[in-house]
Amino acid sequence: MKDYLLLFRGGDAERKQLSPEQLEANMKRWQQWIGGIAQQEKYMGGQPLEAGGKVLTGTSKKLTDGPFMEGKEILGGYVHIKVSDMDEAVQISEGCPILEHETGTVEIREIGTMSAQ
Amino acid sequence: MPESPQLLSTVNHLFRHQSGKMVAVLTRIFGSHNIELAEDVVQDTLVTALEQWKIKGIPEKPEAWLFIVAKNKALNVIKKQRNNILFGDDETQVLLQSGYTIETTFKQLAEEELIKDDQLRMMFACCHPQLSEESQVTLILKTLCGFSTAEIAKTFLTSEDTISKRLYRTKEFFRQQKVKLEIPSVGEIKNRTDAVLNSIYLLFNEGYNSTHSEELIRKDLITEAMMLCKFLTENIHTQLPKVYALLALMCFHSSRNDSRLTSAGDIILLPMQDRSKWNYEMIEQANEYMNQAAFGNTISTYHLEAAIAYEHCTAESFAQTNWQKVLEYYEWLYKISPSQITALNRVVAILQVQGPTVALQHLEAIPDKKKLESFYLYYSLLGEIHSQLYDKTMAQKYFEAAIKLTQSKAEKKMLKNKIAALLN
Repeated sequence: MKDYLLLFRGGDAERKQLSPEQLEANMKRWQQWIGGIAQQEKYMGGQPLEAGGKVLTGTSKKLTDGPFMEGKEILGGYVHIKVSDMDEAVQISEGCPILEHETGTVEIREIGTMSAQ
Repeated sequence: MPESPQLLSTVNHLFRHQSGKMVAVLTRIFGSHNIELAEDVVQDTLVTALEQWKIKGIPEKPEAWLFIVAKNKALNVIKKQRNNILFGDDETQVLLQSGYTIETTFKQLAEEELIKDDQLRMMFACCHPQLSEESQVTLILKTLCGFSTAEIAKTFLTSEDTISKRLYRTKEFFRQQKVKLEIPSVGEIKNRTDAVLNSIYLLFNEGYNSTHSEELIRKDLITEAMMLCKFLTENIHTQLPKVYALLALMCFHSSRNDSRLTSAGDIILLPMQDRSKWNYEMIEQANEYMNQAAFGNTISTYHLEAAIAYEHCTAESFAQTNWQKVLEYYEWLYKISPSQITALNRVVAILQVQGPTVALQHLEAIPDKKKLESFYLYYSLLGEIHSQLYDKTMAQKYFEAAIKLTQSKAEKKMLKNKIAALLN
């Protein structure tokens, strides 16, 4: 089993267009998707991230306000899963409700180890 | 608007009634290890309600209002505390932790159909086999009946401190064991229901026997016990014959409630009670429950006690009571549950059917009589027997011994009256 982080970007503009009913339905789909992963005991946790924020850069530790890039590039949240390989991680990600939005993306990254070698 | 007494009394009644329901629901959602937090949220809801209702008046549907506010507060607590406290059970835990799923999961858990059985689940959790009887009843009073620690202390004739400690230990047990809020499986349900019925019976007896003088608490205890028993009859898995039998028993007893005390709070004994004051509607209701209890092939102690109460409630006068039948039921009761209290009550029936000499023989033949000697009814009965044997000196001695053993003012007074009657 390997750990993968699914990183969600985009979809914000589209979400803002949704009616309260549509939003609720959308939240239910997140619930079903995450609940499904949890039921297979492959869910390790995850959270949406609030909009805005700060960025520290380089040796000068220059502090800037977010949002720092185009809307579709803003990290909106993450889910940590434990699956056998990248194929399975991709397969699970296909069900992610972020992909209901045209600009939504899921970036799938295996969690690694820092190494001096 | 000032706090009018009317508002306060409406609100108190409503709160006591609703808080048990809300605590049960929130404890299921939060997980039983967070029972205290559930109580806090409900308490906080009641405070908010009182503050707002003072200004705006009581809303049209106060129960619904309370419930919505409690749910909102509970959801906020989860959102705020989710990184410090684990909420929910094995299944819901992860979903109540993620911002993606908290709200939807919470809403699903708080749906009406799920709520229906929450008080029942809570009752089974409170009557966990590893908890002592008194802890079970204490927890039921606190969580399901909305009693304050002070009121529970009065019920048990003990200090608030004792009750606080008892509650703390019980909740600690919930935290450590992660007691599941569930209705037991079919295989377990019979045994587990016995414990629940026993607690309800104790609750009722606390209210029915005048061991403490606070009329209001006694009445609430009776109502709550009957309500909890009624829940059991409403669930298909728990509507056992003995549940109906207990409900019948409680109805029979409480039908006589208004005739048992004078307006000054003095006890009126059965022969002197004004039978026109009995609640015949409730006796009718009790009869119906008896019919529903009459299936299956086991006779519980509740069946027999209800049958005895039936004989008393349907006799036109004390003299016309079918004591022979009452005695038969006591014999039977003693066979399936040979307690000393039953033995004592059996002697009361013998006294009526066979007279004081035979009654005295039976009383002296009760095995292990020593234990009865701390019990006021034992001496009160000895006094009664001796007074019927025209032995005034012994009768007086026994009534005096009985007075020393009861803490109830009403009972003390009743016994003093008996002594006064002897000396006339």
